[in-house]
Amino acid sequence: MFEQLTHLTLQHYWWAIISLLAALLVFLLFVQGGQSLIYEMGKSKNERTMILNALGRKWEFTFTTLVTFGGAFFASFPLFYSTSFGGAYWAWMALLFCFIIQAVSYEYRSKPKNFLGQKTFDAFLFANGLLGPILIGVVVGTFFTGSEFSISSMNASAWHHPARGLEAVLNINNVALGLAVFFLARIQGLLYFMNSIGNDILFTRAKKHLIYNTVPFLIFFLFFVIRILLKDGYAYNPETMVVSMEPYKYFTNLVQMPVVLILFLAGVLAVLWGIISSVIKDNTKGIWWTGGGTILVVFNLFLIAGFNNTCYYPSNYDLQSSLNIVNSSSSMYTLKTMSYVSLAVPFVAAYIWYAWKAINVKKITEEEVTGKTEGHIY
Amino acid sequence: MNEIVDLSLIDWSRGQFALTALYHWLFVPLTLGITFILAIMETIYYKTGDPEWKKITRFWMKVFGINFAIGVATGIILEFQFGTNWSYYSWFVGDIFGAPLAIEGIMAFFMESTFIAVMFFGWDKVSKRFHLVSTWLTAIGANLSALWILVANAWMQNPVGMQFNPDTARNEMVNFWDVFLSPLAINKFLHTISSGFVLAGIFIIGISAWFLLKKREVPFAKKSILVAAIFGFISSLFLVTTGDGSARLVAQHQPMKLAAMEGLYEGKNGAGLTALGIFSPTKTDPENDKLHDFIFKIEIPNALSYMIHLDVNAFVPGVKDLLNGNEKEGILATTDKISRGKMAIETLRNYKNALKEGRKDEAFQLKEKFMSKDFQANYFKYFGYGFLTNANDTIPSIPLVFYSFHIMVILGSWFLLFFILSIYFVVNNEIARRRLFLKIAILTIPLVYIAQMAGWTVAEVGRQPWVVQDLLPTVAAVSSISAGSVIVTFWLFALIFTILLIAEVKIMTTQIKIGPKDGGH
Repeated sequence: MFEQLTHLTLQHYWWAIISLLAALLVFLLFVQGGQSLIYEMGKSKNERTMILNALGRKWEFTFTTLVTFGGAFFASFPLFYSTSFGGAYWAWMALLFCFIIQAVSYEYRSKPKNFLGQKTFDAFLFANGLLGPILIGVVVGTFFTGSEFSISSMNASAWHHPARGLEAVLNINNVALGLAVFFLARIQGLLYFMNSIGNDILFTRAKKHLIYNTVPFLIFFLFFVIRILLKDGYAYNPETMVVSMEPYKYFTNLVQMPVVLILFLAGVLAVLWGIISSVIKDNTKGIWWTGGGTILVVFNLFLIAGFNNTCYYPSNYDLQSSLNIVNSSSSMYTLKTMSYVSLAVPFVAAYIWYAWKAINVKKITEEEVTGKTEGHIY
Repeated sequence: MNEIVDLSLIDWSRGQFALTALYHWLFVPLTLGITFILAIMETIYYKTGDPEWKKITRFWMKVFGINFAIGVATGIILEFQFGTNWSYYSWFVGDIFGAPLAIEGIMAFFMESTFIAVMFFGWDKVSKRFHLVSTWLTAIGANLSALWILVANAWMQNPVGMQFNPDTARNEMVNFWDVFLSPLAINKFLHTISSGFVLAGIFIIGISAWFLLKKREVPFAKKSILVAAIFGFISSLFLVTTGDGSARLVAQHQPMKLAAMEGLYEGKNGAGLTALGIFSPTKTDPENDKLHDFIFKIEIPNALSYMIHLDVNAFVPGVKDLLNGNEKEGILATTDKISRGKMAIETLRNYKNALKEGRKDEAFQLKEKFMSKDFQANYFKYFGYGFLTNANDTIPSIPLVFYSFHIMVILGSWFLLFFILSIYFVVNNEIARRRLFLKIAILTIPLVYIAQMAGWTVAEVGRQPWVVQDLLPTVAAVSSISAGSVIVTFWLFALIFTILLIAEVKIMTTQIKIGPKDGGH
């Protein structure tokens, strides 16, 4: 079925898959958002245990999506992989370190003689919840603002900033996106608590924190979106492959891709409706509205970055080294082969959904986390 | 493609990869094996309804959970490290190497992470049958993860199913099935997972032996030993068979690695197999500081020739044949390979320059030349050699590879005997009385970890200096970052992984001491 597709179509297809994985990752950052709230939301040991057990059943999905996102990017756009990971060394290392400390913390936090103590493992989870979303947001911000690198004729890359990726925090747009992702992750975390924990006190507290986090989220999100839509973008000529700065490029992309525009706006509305309905109507299903909206917004944000002859990983050092879906992709054969594998994605999504529902069939209660039932407790 | 590389950067980058990979591999084999043992135990519980089997399953599941968490923590860095520390490598082979990694994520990691959640949290939430299916799917998912990364690793040891594209300056996949089903990939996968199964079997027997020595949980321990010993014995047979196949494939594709494994300097017909040996500090060749004399060695005459070629008189090349060439056996000297490799790189560079400067006719001719069968077979084949300056750089650390290989083989033989004895004692209901054997069983646990590390040392140190055999040496693959940055991350990884390892060992031993009866924590 993929045999008839051109290389360019496959490149678009794979950018869409990368965008979808990125979107799912940002949705699943509700785990990190929830972790960043453990001290604010969990006033007692049992409350914290309930919160972390609710999140602990899902942390692996976020982790696995991050790994799959990396693997899929490597396979489909290897020049991005070699340029960004090898160049922005410290930015990626910071991100990886904060995920390393997450992976053990759930399993080890409440085990006797765990060497570091429960407080340390909880602090690891908090650090991961705080830094993970911000760093991911800041790094994704550079997809719109650019980085300092060059590519040789042999496609070997070189980074030209001594901070090796950490310089991204000096750009206000990147920081705004990082903070927007952070507050969105917290909002989703709160909505997830309202959905999966059977405790009235935590429900009421989550509702209150929802309002506190929505305000900064909207400020940073709108700031980023408006700045991006108004700035010059990195366009390339599909005939000559010459890269140039184009005024209002990202705004133009939205206008020239009306489906993307509609889905983007629908996503924003769904995010807001999830929050509003949870606050006003005590809706416990807000996570699905906001989560679905998040997926739509991020998916389309990535399409704006990579479609319509746009360089998704621009270079401010050498404009012509900027990466786009054409010059950085895998060969036609590899993309085609992997496209067959991508047909498994709906099947994978279906069994994840089924298992998710099976595990969440009962809400987490104080009784469960104090060991009065058979389940595995963190 | 780095022109000038700081050698300490390569050493530290290699060191970091080795450190993180070895830490990761401390935990992976147990996951590979214990998940299947759990599935077998839970199947018995499902079939018999005997709550003792549920208790057994849940105890080992708890142990698995502790091990799994740190395996995940140490694993994430490996995937991203290909990009962060081996940037040019990521481009040079990304078209081939990335695909198994992506498939691993989509097909295996999600299966493992989804059903592991059901396995841990689903006891009172899903039906017994769905729970059992989830446990089996976790085992299959974990082993499928290993499949894809080992396919990628095997490709690096024997690059197949690809064609170099001078326009993109990288290798591109032309046949997925050649990559996926290469004999080396299949053998590597089977050898590696069966080594994990063996480790899990020994781990369970060793810990159960501790319970028997303490006269605690006797029925639990005996039943655990029975399942683990039978599982381990069958796995050991696979391990030996695939190990034998592995040596033959190494001889075929990586003769220098085989020469290092055997400490074979001079090639010969009817080569003997070195069963044991110790190197002296003195050099055997004043011009080559990598070759050392043996203080003593025990050799089985003609056995190496037979093992590799099934012919007692067949020729097996030694380090010197591969280095200096052997016309009679059709082996090219390394210096010649270096010259040819340089020619291939130069031709590629000229092509790129001609393209850049708009000399279209010249570019066309250079591309034709580069892609011709003759050039591919006689020059591009040695592309990686063109990055080297000294022929001796193609020799890996012989003592390290030799000792690692022999430790692995000796221990592997002991494990097979160990499982036979375990089955004999447990079936005859003697195991609880065999206190010396029980103590040996506990001591065998660290030995199986040593064997694992030794195996990977043979595979990875033995193929040095190659990242991709004959096509890309480490010197050309490394990211152009400062050695200082890598030194900092090396020590950060060493610190954090060591702390996590201490935590893991303390938690694990505490849970074992608590035992299955109290349900642990």
